[in-house]
Amino acid sequence: MGALPEEIERILEAALVAEFTVIDERDRPVTHPMIPLYDGEKLYVHSSILFSKKLAHIRANPRVSLSISDPTATHGDPLPHRVTIQGDARLFEGDVHQEWHRILPLWKKKEPIVEMFYAKRVALPLFWERVLVEIQPRRALWWQGGRTDLPPQVVEVARV
Amino acid sequence: MSTTVDETLLRRIEEGFSHAVIAFVDHDGYPLSVATSYRVDPSRGVIELDVVAADVPLGRQVNVVFSHIRPQPSVGYDERRYVSLWGSLSGTASGYELRPGRAQTWDEREVPFFQYSELTVPQAHAYLEELSARQDRRIRPKLSGGWLFLRATRLPFLSAMVVPVGLGTAIAALDGAWHWWLFLLTLFGAAFVHLGLNVANDVFDTMSGADAANTTPTQFSGGSRVILYGLMSRRQMALLSTGFYAAAIGIGLFLAVDRGFWPLLWLGVSGVAISIAYTAPPFRLVHRGLGEVAVGAGFGPIMLLGAQYVQAQRVTWEAGFASIPVAILIALVLYANEVPDRPGDAAAGKRTLPVRLSKHAVILSYETAVLVAFGLIAGGAISGLLVRPAILALLAAPLGLKVRRGLRENYDDPYALMPSLGAGVNLHLSTGLLLIVGYVISIAATHNMAHVPLYLH
Repeated sequence: MGALPEEIERILEAALVAEFTVIDERDRPVTHPMIPLYDGEKLYVHSSILFSKKLAHIRANPRVSLSISDPTATHGDPLPHRVTIQGDARLFEGDVHQEWHRILPLWKKKEPIVEMFYAKRVALPLFWERVLVEIQPRRALWWQGGRTDLPPQVVEVARV
Repeated sequence: MSTTVDETLLRRIEEGFSHAVIAFVDHDGYPLSVATSYRVDPSRGVIELDVVAADVPLGRQVNVVFSHIRPQPSVGYDERRYVSLWGSLSGTASGYELRPGRAQTWDEREVPFFQYSELTVPQAHAYLEELSARQDRRIRPKLSGGWLFLRATRLPFLSAMVVPVGLGTAIAALDGAWHWWLFLLTLFGAAFVHLGLNVANDVFDTMSGADAANTTPTQFSGGSRVILYGLMSRRQMALLSTGFYAAAIGIGLFLAVDRGFWPLLWLGVSGVAISIAYTAPPFRLVHRGLGEVAVGAGFGPIMLLGAQYVQAQRVTWEAGFASIPVAILIALVLYANEVPDRPGDAAAGKRTLPVRLSKHAVILSYETAVLVAFGLIAGGAISGLLVRPAILALLAAPLGLKVRRGLRENYDDPYALMPSLGAGVNLHLSTGLLLIVGYVISIAATHNMAHVPLYLH
């Protein structure tokens, strides 16, 4: 049993894309499609420094959300529900060359071709300078059957 | 990438996505994003969104996102695209209406990922500068030493000099002149000139803005980009280039003193001068449409005759003749590789031949030059100007057809053109190696047969 209900965990583990929303300096939401990763306790996304505007937004305001909305974006069966998770993000910027490597196995599981691209990282070196974003879940909203017109189940997440 | 909200964009949204996601800041100050169905009314410039069971704020800025991928088992996914819209929502009977004021989009069919990654290089630099200031230490992107050397020097392109040095040596060996250590020294000398040229080219292309203006580099074009990416400084690259040239000059001087001063000095000085003048001001031959001539001369007659002279202490008409198709084919490698660089080169004032010529003229010139190169090889082998087994080099000619087809079909698509550019490199290398094989066959026949048949001579 992880930090989130099992049904949500299964969705997080299967989903290939999520809408990751941050808040900009003018208090507006800004959403980025990203690969959601989950290690049983925390959620992760990661960003190349080539696409780093979101990182400045997170540094200024760590409140973020991650929604999984496309039921067909998996390598297996369609997702049964839609999920949005709100949480607090933490950036790992100590070593943008190495620090994100710990989530590489999770990334490869969802995007196996990454293994080949990583082996040939000389081709696109700046892409592999990356920042890991760790999200401590705070609240999960869970729309049964993907029906967002009906009220979601809300799970308040105990801090790990 | 930022874009204007117009009817075209709205039509793309209408056709390209399965659902929308409304993102807003909730009462707790956290973003909240919720999926819903949508319809587009391009005539009114609005998106109609179905109601969701959340406190969606009306009259405040929200972000509505449309995102798509196509899962690809055992790979990941492709067909990445998204449209992100900002505006305020107004309430309707069935939900909400968005009249977007601002948009951001990316569709990898229109802007391939590699190009997108080039367009955002300034964002990476801004991030690293800001991070360096925060951490009070200089933070640069990294590559391991081996990869960095490979990238900075463009080491795989050394095949360009292996052909003329090998062929010049083989022609000398046919006359009985063969010293393996002189061959190795020649090879290293030529390699150092080539590496010096590659690195100097990057220094000057960075200074002229040609590399920065090129947002569609490929593995065959657009330079090493190590300065542009911040992997090495311009000063480091200038020192590296100087080091390569110094090593080449050292080897060249030794060979000149040992094998024949003035002929080798002139050949060496010409080679180094042409390689520097290739991109260095004030000559900048490649900016004037003379890059092909410079590369053809340097990697054709100069290296081939130089290699022959080092071994045999003389040059022959045969070697001079053999150097012409080699020069043409290496010039064609550069010529084809300049095709995807056209927009960036033109923007930086680098008026290469493909910048100056129309597509039709570029392809016609390519076809003509390939025909001339192989015509010379065939004519030389049949007439006896070259050894007869040199006719083997014609086996490589079909690669020219592959390049021609690629240029015709993918002239404006740098990434789709890459296999054809690779075929162009192989055309030069294969032809050159087959010419060398032809000479080795002749050498073997001469040494092992009492009477060498005409077809092996």
